[in-house]
Amino acid sequence: MSRVLIIAEHDGAHLNPGTAKCVTCAAALADAQITVAVLAKDPAAVASQAATLAGVTKVLAVANPANEHPMAAILAPQIAAIARDFTHVLGPATTFGKDLMPRVAALLGAPQISEIMAIESATRFRRPIYAGNAIVTVDVSAGTQIAGTVRTASFTAAGIGGNAPIEASAPAVTLPTHTRFVAVSAASSDRPDLQTARRVVSGGRALGSAEGFKLMFALAEKLGAAVGASRAAVDAGYASNELQVGQTGKIIAPELYIAIGISGAIQHLTGIKDARTIVAINKDAEAPIFEVADYGLVGDLFEIVPALSKLLG
Amino acid sequence: MKRILVGIKRVVDYNVRIRLKPDGSGIVTDGVKMSINPFDEIALEEALRIRERGAAEEVIVVSIGTAEAQQQLRTALAMGADRAILVETPAGADSPVEPLAAAGVLLKLVEREQPMLVILGKQAIDDDNSQTGQILAALWERPQATFASKVELTGDTARVTREVDAGLETLEVDLPAVLTTDLRLNEPRYVKLPDIMKAKKKPLEVVPLASLGVATAPKTKVVRFDPPPQRQKGVMVKDAAELVAALHAKGLL
Repeated sequence: MSRVLIIAEHDGAHLNPGTAKCVTCAAALADAQITVAVLAKDPAAVASQAATLAGVTKVLAVANPANEHPMAAILAPQIAAIARDFTHVLGPATTFGKDLMPRVAALLGAPQISEIMAIESATRFRRPIYAGNAIVTVDVSAGTQIAGTVRTASFTAAGIGGNAPIEASAPAVTLPTHTRFVAVSAASSDRPDLQTARRVVSGGRALGSAEGFKLMFALAEKLGAAVGASRAAVDAGYASNELQVGQTGKIIAPELYIAIGISGAIQHLTGIKDARTIVAINKDAEAPIFEVADYGLVGDLFEIVPALSKLLG
Repeated sequence: MKRILVGIKRVVDYNVRIRLKPDGSGIVTDGVKMSINPFDEIALEEALRIRERGAAEEVIVVSIGTAEAQQQLRTALAMGADRAILVETPAGADSPVEPLAAAGVLLKLVEREQPMLVILGKQAIDDDNSQTGQILAALWERPQATFASKVELTGDTARVTREVDAGLETLEVDLPAVLTTDLRLNEPRYVKLPDIMKAKKKPLEVVPLASLGVATAPKTKVVRFDPPPQRQKGVMVKDAAELVAALHAKGLL
């Protein structure tokens, strides 16, 4: 039997959808008993959301004022203290989980499997290397505790309908004071989050300017979509860093991905491999993006995008 | 002396399209261009800039790998590092040094060199693990600031801006600390020919891995390498109206 501990990602009020994807990943283990740990200043609201996820056996709520802002150096010792009896300790492969889980793994002396995309057994996992250009199957020996990050693009979110008991937990550990939260820039919150959006409209260097890039926001508005950008568009200053989709940016799996003025460099395609449907709009009919697009449209984006916006009324 | 320790890994060059061995036993590396992991180059550049501002006196580059990694260490010395350490693994050893072991090795060097900062890339572009910096910080019981896009040092603290999913987060950490670099922290300098000549005279110490007494037996084993699933080319539409109709028909709008 596998005893799985999932570390919830949240903003203090809402559970991040990455957590529900970790539950789906964990459920692939035979006879999995899944516990979700919510570490927060006041975990009540997030813990009750976690308790409704189908497949969750128990929720551990760890309340501590030090947990107000998630910092790996503060969270890891608390997690290590409650994780001893679990076989698998998982978190989402978001910047939250990527920062935190190796620190937890180190304290547990456990190997970490990063970016798990499939679980074949309690000791066998599949994960991408070389930016997704190869997939490896990795074994650990039986009885080895492992930490892992779960590639959110590879799993659907667990449904709701569960009613797991919530238990308060207060691990007796001394927390360090060497790491202090200063600020987080408030990203615009009226648009869907790029990492979890069902639809994404993404722009490339062909937009030509920050002004031109505004076309993306107008189209996204009509579609209820998140906005993404290629590395070229970000490097050129047309779009901000957190919009970058690709190997060095975000790896996403929306139902609909519309790539506009994006040629389709390998590093970009790596970020959208798992999108359900890809639409490409580009004036260069030879652009590599058309090799992976489900629907391709060759033409001038400055004519096509306004026409699309109009048709979507 | 105020030191910065920078870790660099020898990896298949960023621009090379990797190929799998036909029997699925690994990646073809024979005759393939090898380079410093690009995130590590950014780590070195940041360390050099800190030294050039006078906030540090010495930059030490460390690599863990076979004797061939001396090439990348020489490049790092040509970029401006003061000295290099190669923790040498036996040639032909096919079990890689895992992140837990690599962090253990770095901790030994940290204990010896007592740096104020350790700067590593946020991940190596071969294994894509993104673990070593965080593990080192845990074992060393010091702060970590990962995915850094801006670093400001003031006395015994560093203020680090991090690229997180929500946008940009700023942390203040006491030194010594471990930083890992994101893509936009800086643009690494180019190496000039006279610097390559000078680098040949800089010290490069070779330390056999086994001499450090770190447990390096792998805890994981890759049993198979597969190519990723390929997407099929779809259909071309002639205009915006046809596109919208197709997306409607597929239930996507």
